[in-house]
Amino acid sequence: MNIKILGVGCPKCRRLEEKVKDVVKQNNIAAEFEKVTDVQEMMKYGIMMTPGLVVNEKLKSSGVIAKDEDILKWIHEEM
Amino acid sequence: MKTLALSIPKDRKKVIIPLLLLPVWILIYFNLDSSIKYFVYSIINLPLENKFSDAVFFFIFESIKVLLLLVIVIFFISIIRSYFSPEKTRKFLEGKPLFAGNVLASMLGIVTPFCSCSAVPLFVGFVEAGIPLGITFSFLIAAPMINEVAVVLLFGLFGWQTALIYTGSGLIIAISAGYIIGKLKLNRFVEEWVYEVKSIKQNSVDEKISFAERIDYGYTTLKEIVSKVWIYILLGIAVGAGIHGYIPENFMAGIMGKTEWWSVPLSVLIGIPLYSNAAGIIPVMMALIEKGASLGTALAFMMSVIGLSLPEMIILRKVLKLQLIFIFIGVVGVGIIIIGFLFNIIY
Repeated sequence: MNIKILGVGCPKCRRLEEKVKDVVKQNNIAAEFEKVTDVQEMMKYGIMMTPGLVVNEKLKSSGVIAKDEDILKWIHEEM
Repeated sequence: MKTLALSIPKDRKKVIIPLLLLPVWILIYFNLDSSIKYFVYSIINLPLENKFSDAVFFFIFESIKVLLLLVIVIFFISIIRSYFSPEKTRKFLEGKPLFAGNVLASMLGIVTPFCSCSAVPLFVGFVEAGIPLGITFSFLIAAPMINEVAVVLLFGLFGWQTALIYTGSGLIIAISAGYIIGKLKLNRFVEEWVYEVKSIKQNSVDEKISFAERIDYGYTTLKEIVSKVWIYILLGIAVGAGIHGYIPENFMAGIMGKTEWWSVPLSVLIGIPLYSNAAGIIPVMMALIEKGASLGTALAFMMSVIGLSLPEMIILRKVLKLQLIFIFIGVVGVGIIIIGFLFNIIY
């Protein structure tokens, strides 16, 4: 599983990253994390608000710090 | 299905709690003046007709009043905002003609969730959808300038007329500056890579959001914004209270009054690099107006501080060439100066 956090380092992006890492850890899911800070790379996913959350190349959320249950649901969708 | 059945009462609770809190809010808000007076002059027993007690009363009263207003306005505007998104706004603006598009974009700038850290993806997203540069700028000017914290503070500290004047002027500047930038045909000053971006079309499913979730969003945003601005509000009001109690009347008439023509452009110039948020600057301006600063000059200063922020320009440099950034600052700056002069003449 590949998880990407898109964002240029705003506080919200860091909070989302921590949250997703927690969810992954608590549920013993094997995932590799990638932080996308390059704007051009980020734009490929068509986001208009940061942070963006991408699971296995699919955009799951943008502009919000998602709830734990949603994060888990998205990860399960891609498993 | 079990989870669904369990979630209903919890959801209902989310709707009921704010409804119950509303009368409590009203009770506090409309008895604030008398209860703070009682607190300051009877409980902590400060002498009447004294500079220090005046300042203390000013600080406690204005802080609580503004925070009360902030809580209720942010909560409700967040619920309204949950019906909007940059994607929807973009779709709405696609194919709109220049002037009508500018008007729409400016108004959508007020209600669409926006944070200056997202200015770049938003800009690219608009360009990619073929929205003209001028219309995109109308949005980018209105969104930070007319924000709920600024409008609430103006309403709480100056009254609804000033809040309305500020919002109206902000809209006029966003519409006209965007229109002018559109007419100037400045597309060559946008970084080339922006036009090459091809996003993978993500089929964004418009997820149905329940009303309880919107209320949730209201709570989260409320917590987020208040935890960020409360300290600036208290600091701003504390400085304001000091000015209110100790600085002589008409002290500011010379520097920020309407007698000197240069006071408006100078205020705008000083305002650009000054990157204080609305929360800190507005309470101070209120006290300065009391001491003889004119409304037009103060308005121009506030608009410049809030609407033209240096950090946002630096962020936008990723997508805009320097020339366009200067044109952007120039057009908006001139707009603000005109508004400042106008209000100095009217009042």
